[in-house]
Amino acid sequence: MNRYEVAIWVFMLAAFLGFELIRRVSPLLHTPLMSLTNAISAIAVVGAILITGEKEASTLTRVLGFSAVVLSTINVVSGYLITDRMLKMFKKRGAEKK
Amino acid sequence: MMESIFPALYILAAASFILAIKWMNSPATARRGVFVGEAGMLLAVVGTLLRHEVVTYQWILIAFFIGSAIGVPIAYYMPMTAVPQRTAFSHACGALAVALIGTAEYYRNKPHGVVMTALVLEILLGFLTFTASLMAFGKLQEILPTRPITYRGQNLVNLAVLGLAAAAGVALIVSPDQTWLFPIFSVLSLIFGVLLIVPIGGADMPTVIALLNSYAGLSACAMGFVFDNKLLITAGALDGSSGFILAVIMCRAMNRSFSNVLFGAFGTIQTSVKETKERPVRSASPEEAAEILDAARKVVIVPGYGMAVAQAQHKLRELHDILTKRGIDVSFAIHPVAGRMPGHMNVLLAEADVPYDRLIEMDEINPEFPRTDVVLVVGANDVVNPAARLDKNSPIAGMPILNASEAHTVMVIKRSMSPGFAGIDNELYYMDKTLMLFGDAKSFLTGIVKELNAVAAGA
Repeated sequence: MNRYEVAIWVFMLAAFLGFELIRRVSPLLHTPLMSLTNAISAIAVVGAILITGEKEASTLTRVLGFSAVVLSTINVVSGYLITDRMLKMFKKRGAEKK
Repeated sequence: MMESIFPALYILAAASFILAIKWMNSPATARRGVFVGEAGMLLAVVGTLLRHEVVTYQWILIAFFIGSAIGVPIAYYMPMTAVPQRTAFSHACGALAVALIGTAEYYRNKPHGVVMTALVLEILLGFLTFTASLMAFGKLQEILPTRPITYRGQNLVNLAVLGLAAAAGVALIVSPDQTWLFPIFSVLSLIFGVLLIVPIGGADMPTVIALLNSYAGLSACAMGFVFDNKLLITAGALDGSSGFILAVIMCRAMNRSFSNVLFGAFGTIQTSVKETKERPVRSASPEEAAEILDAARKVVIVPGYGMAVAQAQHKLRELHDILTKRGIDVSFAIHPVAGRMPGHMNVLLAEADVPYDRLIEMDEINPEFPRTDVVLVVGANDVVNPAARLDKNSPIAGMPILNASEAHTVMVIKRSMSPGFAGIDNELYYMDKTLMLFGDAKSFLTGIVKELNAVAAGA
C-alpha cells in the first residue's frame, strides 16, 4: 500500500467514526460541540510549526507560518476555554440552589 | 530512538480527540472531554516541537504568546450572546491558517500529483471558508445587513466564479510550475467565499455555520494529505463530519436541502408571499398574562432569536423560578434551528441558570402540547407557525415545528405585528386562544414577574 492509500483509509474510517460519534451528541450540547471540534481542528498548528521552525525557511515561509501559528493558537486557546466555560453553565435542577 | 516516540504521541493525540468528542454526548462527561482534548493537543504540539526538522524556536514561541494573548481574553470576556459570532470568527482563523500553510507549502516545494491535488483542495476550502466565515461574522455582528441580498443571475455568477477557481486549480495540478496561476486561484477562492454568503439570511445561519465548520475541518484534513500526517487527517475528518452532520440536522429541521439553503435565496420566495392585511388580534397586559400563567398547571416556554436579541433569558429564568415555586410545571421547548447556530438557545438559557433537564427537544415536547395550559412564545416565529403543517404553498411548508397551537392558551411576546425575519404571516397570532403581548420581551417579562411576585407576597 502506498502512503496515499493509507491516508485515504484513515480519512474514511475517521469520517465514519465522526458520523457515529456526533450522532450521539445531545442537541443540548451542539454549540459547545462546535467550539470543541473547532479547537480540535486547530491541530493545523502542527503543520504551521513544521514550516515555521524549519532551518532554511525563506522569509515568505516564515511569515506565513508565523501567522498560521498565531491564528491556530487563538483557536486552540479560545476554543477549549470557551467550551469549558459553556459546559460549566449546564447544571441539573437543584444543583444551583445549594 | 526519539524518532519512534513521535508517531506514538500523534496516535495518543488522535485517540484523545476521539474520546473528547465521544464524551460530549452527555453534560455529565462533557467537561472531561474538554480536558482530554486539551491533553491531546498538548501531546501533538510537544511531539511536533521535538521533531528534528524543527530547529528555530523563537518565532514559534512568539506566535504562541501572541495567539494566547488574543485567545484568552476572547474566551473570558466574550458575552455568551456573541457565541455565534465567535464561532464564525474562529472558523475564519482556522481556515486562514490552513490556507496560509498551504500557500507556504506551494512556494516551498511546488509539489506534484496527489500532493498537489490535496494542496489545491486545501487552499480552495481554506480561502473560501475564510472569507465566507468573515461574511457570516459580519452578518451575525450586524456590521453587514442581515437580510439576504439577491440579484438576478446570482447563482450563475457564483457558479462562474467557482468554475474559474476550479479551472485554475486543475491547471495548477496539471502544471504546478505555473506560479502566475497561484495568486489568481487564491483570489478566486476568496471571492467565491464572499459570494456564497451574500444571499444568506439570518434564519439560515445555523446551517451555514455548521457547513463552514465542516469546510474548515475538511481543509485541515486536506492539509493532512499534503504533509502525510495521519493526525491532521483524523482530526480534520472528525471536524468535517461533525459540521456536516450538524448542517444536515439543521436542514432537516427546516425541511430544506443543502442546495436550497446555499443557492435557494430564501428571501426571494418570501417577499412574493407577503400579504399584509389588517386582521384583528387579541392582546393582553402583563397583569393579565401573569394571572393566566398563575392559573396554569403546565407551562411551556418557546424561546427564539428574539429572546437573544432582547437579552430576556435571565428574566425567563426568574419567571421559571417563580412559577416552579408555585407548583407549576415549567419547561422550555427548543427547536433545532431556534437562534443563529445549533444549540444557541440551550447555551443562553444554561447561562441564565435554567437547569438543562428543563430544556426539551422538539420531538419530545410535541406530544405534550395538547396537555399544556399555556404556551409562552418569546421571540420565536417560524418555528411555531402552523402554516408549516397546514399550508402546502407556504415557503416553510413541511418544516417540522413546535405544535404550540395545540395548547389551551398561547401567549406571544412580540414587538409589533410586523412579520418576522422570514416575512411569513403566522396564523397562530390570529387564533381565538392566542393572546399577543406587545412590547420588548425583557420589559414585558419584567412586568409579568413583578406582578407574580406581588401575587405571591399577597398570598
